Amino acid sequence: MTKHTLSVLVENTPGILARVAALFSRRGFNIDSLAVGVTEHPDISRITIVVNVETLPLEQVTKQLNKLVNVLKIVELEESAAVQRELVLVKVRADNETRSQIVEIVQLFRAKTVDVAPEAVTIEATGSGDKLGAMLRMLEPFGIKELVQSGTIAIGRGARSITDRSLRALDRSA
Amino acid sequence: MTEQATGAHHPQPRPRSGAQTPSPVEHVTGAQSLIRSLEEVGAEIVFGIPGGAILPAYDPLMDSSKVRHVLVRHEQGAGHAATGYAQATGKVGVCMATSGPGATNLVTPIADAHMDSVPLVAITGQVASKSIGTDAFQEADICGITMPITKHNWLVTDAAEIPRTIAEAFHVASTGRPGPVLVDIAKDALQSMTTFSWPPHTDLPGYRPVTKPHSKQIREAARLITQSRRPVLYVGGGVLKADATAELKVFAELTGAPVTTTLMALGAFPDSHPQHLGMPGMHGSVAAVTSLQKADLIVALGARFDDRVTGRLESFAPHAKIVHADIDPAEIGKNRTADVPIVGDAREVLADLIVAVQAEHAEGHRGDYTEWWADLDRWRATYPLGYDDPEDGSLSPQRVIQRLGQLAPEDTIWTAGVGQHQMWAAHFIGYERPRTWLNSGGAGTMGYAVPAAMGAKAGAPERTVWAVDGDGCFQMTNQELVTCALNNLPVKVAIINNGALGMVRQWQTLFYDQRYSNTVLHSGPGDHGTPAPAAGTRVPDFVKLAEAMGCVGLRCEDPADLDKVIAEANAINDRPVVVDFIVHQDAMVWPMVAAGTSNDEIFAARGVRPDFDGIDAD
Repeated sequence: MTKHTLSVLVENTPGILARVAALFSRRGFNIDSLAVGVTEHPDISRITIVVNVETLPLEQVTKQLNKLVNVLKIVELEESAAVQRELVLVKVRADNETRSQIVEIVQLFRAKTVDVAPEAVTIEATGSGDKLGAMLRMLEPFGIKELVQSGTIAIGRGARSITDRSLRALDRSA
Repeated sequence: MTEQATGAHHPQPRPRSGAQTPSPVEHVTGAQSLIRSLEEVGAEIVFGIPGGAILPAYDPLMDSSKVRHVLVRHEQGAGHAATGYAQATGKVGVCMATSGPGATNLVTPIADAHMDSVPLVAITGQVASKSIGTDAFQEADICGITMPITKHNWLVTDAAEIPRTIAEAFHVASTGRPGPVLVDIAKDALQSMTTFSWPPHTDLPGYRPVTKPHSKQIREAARLITQSRRPVLYVGGGVLKADATAELKVFAELTGAPVTTTLMALGAFPDSHPQHLGMPGMHGSVAAVTSLQKADLIVALGARFDDRVTGRLESFAPHAKIVHADIDPAEIGKNRTADVPIVGDAREVLADLIVAVQAEHAEGHRGDYTEWWADLDRWRATYPLGYDDPEDGSLSPQRVIQRLGQLAPEDTIWTAGVGQHQMWAAHFIGYERPRTWLNSGGAGTMGYAVPAAMGAKAGAPERTVWAVDGDGCFQMTNQELVTCALNNLPVKVAIINNGALGMVRQWQTLFYDQRYSNTVLHSGPGDHGTPAPAAGTRVPDFVKLAEAMGCVGLRCEDPADLDKVIAEANAINDRPVVVDFIVHQDAMVWPMVAAGTSNDEIFAARGVRPDFDGIDAD
């Protein structure tokens, strides 16, 4: 099984996330992570899906996604040609003895301390899944009280934009 | 011929507003806007039942001179009737229901239409927009429920959106790979005032079906066809949907290749044509099934390598290269990898293939299938479709169906339920023309036959419509005969009455040690340990039931009466007719490939494995 990152441009209409998510479960594909938000064009949303499948079923799922009427475009972003980021917020147990060690780890990973309380520190970090995993392993011994992670978002490197042509299609119909 | 075939026959995405002068703006209610939209889009008949949420729409519907409404007895009947209408006419079928249970009763026919790619528009009422999500009376999230079984669906809460949505719904349902769509309209949207103008501005930037095939793939396909020695044309329902049967005949005769038509494609190629091998699949003819197994090239046209056709996929057609043409890119490579994938409308694909094969012929490349035809002819001659009459002198179900086919007027439209009678109707009736065989192929919906026949009759009132139904199926949807009787839709129903859920019983005979668990329809729960009622026990009595519903009821039990009773039924054209054919209960459908086994293991009849010595050349 290999990981694939799909960027799916969709019309910003109610229910589209349900349509996409239901398609994955109906066809028996497991979603590793999913993130959705509006793009530079208010009528277009972008869903970033990380999915763990063999190449052949991925082609099938891409074709099935393309059949959804509200789906405008699907691009698979190769890891080497794209920037991928996740965001984590993690609450770590801390006291006067351990706080400075934790802050040191935060600095090592270019993360941020966003909240401090007498018994805990809350840390915000962004990065690739690998980097965040490494940071969490370092924080683990101090005691992780709470962890929340976003889905992966990704964007291709270079000057080209995957939204260009979809925007033109949308403008023509406007 | 080919010039015409590539012409602008198929609907293209609707021109944007401005291309056509919009009609003057009318001030109307949302409900009036809906009915005006249905009139403009050309809907001539709607099957449905009113109820609270859809009620506003029924008021202007009463005044429409263009849209006829047929009041069915159950929403499932409305859905299958719309499907039958669409299958028989090639137009979009329309059904209408209220919110909640009205809408959920449409789920089965929508799923059925989705599996068989039938253009269907379902219109449902929804509770008022402010009540959505509150578990209001008769509220159901029908858009959520039908999401996996529609091509697309819409929830309309603003009256101004009604014309655009209806235009888009008909466009999506009928173009590309056809399919069902659903438009759910909130009651307040139907009641509020709005403006109506036609055509509306439509907006479907993500919907662009490809109809024109790629010329390089077409040339490659033509090259393989002329190089192959054992080709088979594997024709599916897409050829009927694309109205490509004339092109298919030209193409088949040009290449000289054998043709097999799936259950969904019966009538796409004349059964009587010498190149026709019959139907492939679980209950296909030995020649058709074997041709695919031994082929070196399969040209799939609007077919989807369904499990009922391929048997165990790993051993299906092991020697064959695959040319796969379909309008839905997702079908290509889904079950079987295609060597030459072609995305396009079957009519355009065939038209282009004809030209490409002609070009190959012009260069002196022509397939030589002489040895192949010698094999095919031998299999056809050795293992024809057939049956034995019961030894006890009772009616043979196969003979009933065969005689129905022989005695019916030309152009008769046939519908079937699901089960043994469906397979026998596929085997023993000759289909010479497109859109004469309507059945539930993908979903296998028992109860399809009667309402689908009603819809077909509404779409083709001048033609005879025979529903071949089982006694199990008939008891699921026979209430629509009331609708037929009251609406001058004189369909004919042949109940192939073996007193059992015959196909399930056949599996119990073959695979469950003849333990007939819950498949005998005339016995009740108290039968354990007590003698079962005799096979002739008639609960219900279908003749009386038919008469109670305003139909003529006939019965036939004696083979000597068969032709006379059929003639009697054929002569009645002012009312629906139901004929209760009491047939032998142990008849089985052959040939058969057992579920999950290889098509190589086809049985021509019980215990009879065809002998294919000497044909495993490679």
